[in-house]
Amino acid sequence: MVNNQKSNDAAEGMSYILVTDVGSTTTKARFFAKKGDVWRYIISGEAPTTVEKPYEDVTMGVLNAVREIEELTEHKILSENNDNIMRPFDGEKGVDLYCTTSSAGGGLQMMVGGVVKEITAASANRAVLGAGSIVMDILTMDDGRPPHEKITRIKNLRPDMILLAGGTDGGTVKHVANMAEIFYAAKPKPRLGEGYSLPMIYAGNVNVQDHVRKLFEEDFSLLIIDNIRPTLNIERIEHARRAVHELFMEHVMSHAPGYLKLMKWTDIDIMPTPAGEGIAMQLLANELNVNVLGVGLGGATTNVYSIYEERFVRSVSANLGMSYSISNVCKETGIENILRWLPFEKDVNELQSEIKNKMIRPTTIPQTINDLIIEHAVAREALRLGLEHHKTIATRLKGVTVERTVGDLLDQGLEDTYIDLMHFSVIAGTGGLLSHAPKRIQSLLVLTDAFQPEGITRLFQDSVFMMPHLGVLSTVDPKAAWQIFEKDCLVHLGTVVAPRGQSREGTEVMEIKLDMPDGTTINEHVVYGDILKISLDVGETAEIEIHPKKGMDMGQGPNKHMEGVVHGGEVGVIIDARGRPLSLPEKPEERMNKILGWNKTLELYEYH
Amino acid sequence: MVQSAKEDPNVAHAYTPGLKIKSIEQVSKERVLPIEGTVIVEMGDAVDFDSILARTEIPGDAEILNVTEILGVDPGDVFDYSLKKEGDTFEEGELLAKNVAFWGLVKNFVYAPFSGTIESVSGLTGQIIVRQHNVPLEINAYIKGKVVKVLPKKGAVIETKAAFIQGIFGFGGENHGEIAVAVESPEELLTEEKVGLEHQGKVIVGGSGITGEAYQRALEVGVKGIVVGGLDVEDLIEILGEDIGVAITGEENIDITVIATEGFGALPISERTFNLLKNMEGKMSAINGATQIRAGVLRPEIIIPYDNPDEMDESKEEFSDGMIKGSLVRVIRAPYFGEIAKVKDLPINLQRVESGSSVRVIELELEDGRVVTVPRANVEIIEE
Repeated sequence: MVNNQKSNDAAEGMSYILVTDVGSTTTKARFFAKKGDVWRYIISGEAPTTVEKPYEDVTMGVLNAVREIEELTEHKILSENNDNIMRPFDGEKGVDLYCTTSSAGGGLQMMVGGVVKEITAASANRAVLGAGSIVMDILTMDDGRPPHEKITRIKNLRPDMILLAGGTDGGTVKHVANMAEIFYAAKPKPRLGEGYSLPMIYAGNVNVQDHVRKLFEEDFSLLIIDNIRPTLNIERIEHARRAVHELFMEHVMSHAPGYLKLMKWTDIDIMPTPAGEGIAMQLLANELNVNVLGVGLGGATTNVYSIYEERFVRSVSANLGMSYSISNVCKETGIENILRWLPFEKDVNELQSEIKNKMIRPTTIPQTINDLIIEHAVAREALRLGLEHHKTIATRLKGVTVERTVGDLLDQGLEDTYIDLMHFSVIAGTGGLLSHAPKRIQSLLVLTDAFQPEGITRLFQDSVFMMPHLGVLSTVDPKAAWQIFEKDCLVHLGTVVAPRGQSREGTEVMEIKLDMPDGTTINEHVVYGDILKISLDVGETAEIEIHPKKGMDMGQGPNKHMEGVVHGGEVGVIIDARGRPLSLPEKPEERMNKILGWNKTLELYEYH
Repeated sequence: MVQSAKEDPNVAHAYTPGLKIKSIEQVSKERVLPIEGTVIVEMGDAVDFDSILARTEIPGDAEILNVTEILGVDPGDVFDYSLKKEGDTFEEGELLAKNVAFWGLVKNFVYAPFSGTIESVSGLTGQIIVRQHNVPLEINAYIKGKVVKVLPKKGAVIETKAAFIQGIFGFGGENHGEIAVAVESPEELLTEEKVGLEHQGKVIVGGSGITGEAYQRALEVGVKGIVVGGLDVEDLIEILGEDIGVAITGEENIDITVIATEGFGALPISERTFNLLKNMEGKMSAINGATQIRAGVLRPEIIIPYDNPDEMDESKEEFSDGMIKGSLVRVIRAPYFGEIAKVKDLPINLQRVESGSSVRVIELELEDGRVVTVPRANVEIIEE
C-alpha cells in the first residue's frame, strides 16, 4: 500500500502505473510505463461510467476501460476473475500502482454558510472550491434572503456536505449561532440516498463550537476544525480543504454505488477530479516557476485555476460548458456576444436553435466549418465568463492587510481581484473542445481571445485528457508525473506577445526585433488591429526586443522598451496588436471583415 | 513501443442511441416515496393512472422566531419569557412568549404563525424554531397497469404493455390524458385555430411546432399535454418566462406538459411517431416532459397502455444490435440535420470532414438517393 505521502521518487522500482478518472459520463483509464529512466504515457482505454441505473456499480466502467487497455497493449492488468486490478507487476502482468479521481454522479456538491458574504463566506467558498467541490449555494446573514427562504433553499438542495464558517475567534457569537440554527431548522438530507448522516464541517468562531455541537452532533457527521478566519486579517483554508477531502472519502464516496469496492482497489485515496486537475496545474507552476492561469473547459462545467505567487485558487462555473451547458453560455453572455465572433451572417433564432440542439444531443460534433466556428465562438464566451467568475473568487481579503507570504501583492492597488493578465506568463487549457480542435492555432486563438493575455505569455494545452490523472499521481510521485506531463501531456502551442492599451486602427504601435535560432533576424513594424504569426518550433527559443509606442504597455510602463525570450510551439509566436482590452468593430460588416482578415492571416480555418 | 499521446487518434467512437418509438413495449415504472411510508397496494393489483400506491408524511416547514428581539430582552433570558418548551405543540395564533413589564406599560407578545411544534429554544441567539405539522405526501401509479413488485415502505413497481415514444426534450411534469391529433400531417404547424374546446383534458399532437398563440389557447381550454416535432426558442422563452440554460426540466410550475420529439427549430414530427400517435388516437396516455441529458439520461416520454395487455403479442419486441449496414438512422446535426438515411458503409479508418477534424464516419444513403458521409457521432439509430 502506497501512502499519500508525497516523495520525489515513490515510483522508484515500479514499472507500470494505472490511473483512472471516473467522469460523469465516461471512465477514462490511462496507462503509464517506465521506459529506461523515464515515465511515459502508453495508451488510453475508455468506457461509459456505470454509476447510474441499471448498473449502479462504478467498478464495472473501470473494468471495461481497463479491459480496453488490455486489448490494445496485450498487457494483462485485471485479475484472473476480471474483478480486480492485479498488483504488483510480477514481471509479466499487473501494475505497480493504481489510483483514481472521480466526478461521477455530479462530483462533490457542497453548501457554504457564513456570516458576512465578503469575509467568512468568501474564505469558506475558496476552501471548498480548492478542494474540488461544486458550490451549490452560499448562505450568509447579509445575503438579503429572509430566514424562511434560506431554510427552504437548504432543504431543497440536498448537498453532499456543508461547510459552516463565520465570525472571528472571540468575535460575534449571535450571528454565527443564528446561521447554525438556520441549517438546523432546514434539516437537509444528503443527496446520495437515505441511511447516513450528512457531513458538516464547522470552521467558525471557537466560542460557538459548543452550540454547534449541541445542534448537529446527533443527526450530522460533524467535524469541528480551527476557524478559517481566526482574525479578520488571517485566512487559513488548508485545513478546511483537508477536512473536505477526508469527509468526501469517509461519508460521501462510500455511499456512491460501487465506491466501497473501488476504494479497496486503489492504493491511495480517491480524489475529486477537479482537485486532481488543480494539482496538475500547480505542478506546472512549480516546475516552470511562474504564475499559471489554467482552465478546464468541459461539457458541463468550466474550472479556472490560478497559481499566483504560490497562492492557488480554483473557481468552478458549474453551468458553463460546451455540451450539456452550452445553452447556458448563451443565456449568460447573450446571443449578441456569440454573434460578434462570427465572420458570417447568422439568423439569431437559427443560431439559438442550433445551440440548443447541441445541448440536447451533446455527443454530436461539428461537420461544417461554420458549425465549428460557432462552437469556437461559444467557447470564447464560456472561457471569458469563467475567468470573470474566477476574478470574483481570487480576491484580496476585504478591507484588511494580510498576514501571508504574498502580503505585498495583496496590499497593492484598489482592485478587488489580484488576477492581472500581465502577471501571468503561462496559460494552460484542457478539455474536449481544445483537444479536438482540428488545428492548434484554433485552440490558441480561442484561449487568447477569451483570456486576452498581456505581455509575453506561453500557451499550452493537453494532448489527451490526463491532467486529473497526473494530478493524483503527483501526490505519490511528482517526478514521474512531471515526466509524463512534459513529454506526453503538454502541447506547446507557442507564445503570445500582446501589449496592453488601445490605439487607432492602422497606427504603428510596436517595433519588434526577433533573433531567431537559425541566426536570422526578423524586424516587424506592427500596426494596431493586426495579428501576426511567426514560425518557431517546439523546443526553440528566440530573443525578442519590443518597442511599444502610442502609450502601449508591455508591462514596463507605457512606451517602455522591453527585452525577453519567446518559446516556440506547434503554432509559433503570435504578435497580437489588436489591443487590450480587445475591442471588435461595432458595425457587423466591418467586424466580420476584420475577423475574416485575422482568420486569413493565421490560416485559422480551411475553407473548401 | 511508447506511443506519444500527441499522435493518438481521436478516440471518440460513441454514437447516440436512438430514441425509442415502439408500438409495443413492456413498460415498467418504479414508483417510490422520497422517504419511507406506507404502501397501500398489493402484488397483482390492477391500478389506474391516478391510483394511490403509497403515502407518507414529510416534516413541515420551519420558521425562526427572534423572540428576545421582539420582547426586548437578552437572548439568554429566552427561557424565562417563553411559555412553551422544546417538543410542545401549539395552535396558530397561540401565545408563545410574552414580556409584560413596568406594571403593564411594556407589553410585548410573540404569537404562533401557524399550528405546529417547538423544535428548539436557543439561549445563545434568543430564537425559537417552530415547525409546521407534518405534511401528507402520496405517490400515484402514473401509468395504468399491474403491481408486479411491492417495495416495502417505499412504493411499488407497475408494469404494462404500451405504445412507448421518447421525445428529445420536454418540460412540465407527469400528466395524463387522451391522445388527440390536431393536425393533418407531420409538417403542419399547430396554430391557434386548430386547438378547440374538444381538446380539454387531452394530450394533443401537433406537427412541426406550436405557435405561442396556440399554446395560450391550449392553456385556456385546459389541454393536459402537447406533443410536437420542434420547439421555437422564442416561444419556449415566452412559455417558461425564461430561457433554458441546461436541459434539466420537469419541475416547472406549468399546467401543460410539452414534448418535442425532434429538437429545436421548425422540425416535422417524424413520420413513424406521427403515425403511431394517429393509430392510438382516443386512447389514454401518461406523459412526462422531464428531461435530463447529463449522467443518467432521462428523456420525456409518452406511454399509451393497451386496454388488454395480456392479449398483446410480445413477439414484436425487438432489440437493436447497434449500427450495421442497412440500419435506418437519423442525422442529428447540420448539414443533413433531420434526414432519415440508410447505413451504406461504416469505414474503420478515421476520415477528414469539412471542419478539418479526423473522425470516425459513416456513409449514408439519404431518402432522395444521395450518398453522403457524416461523423458517426452525428447519427442516431431509429429503433424499430
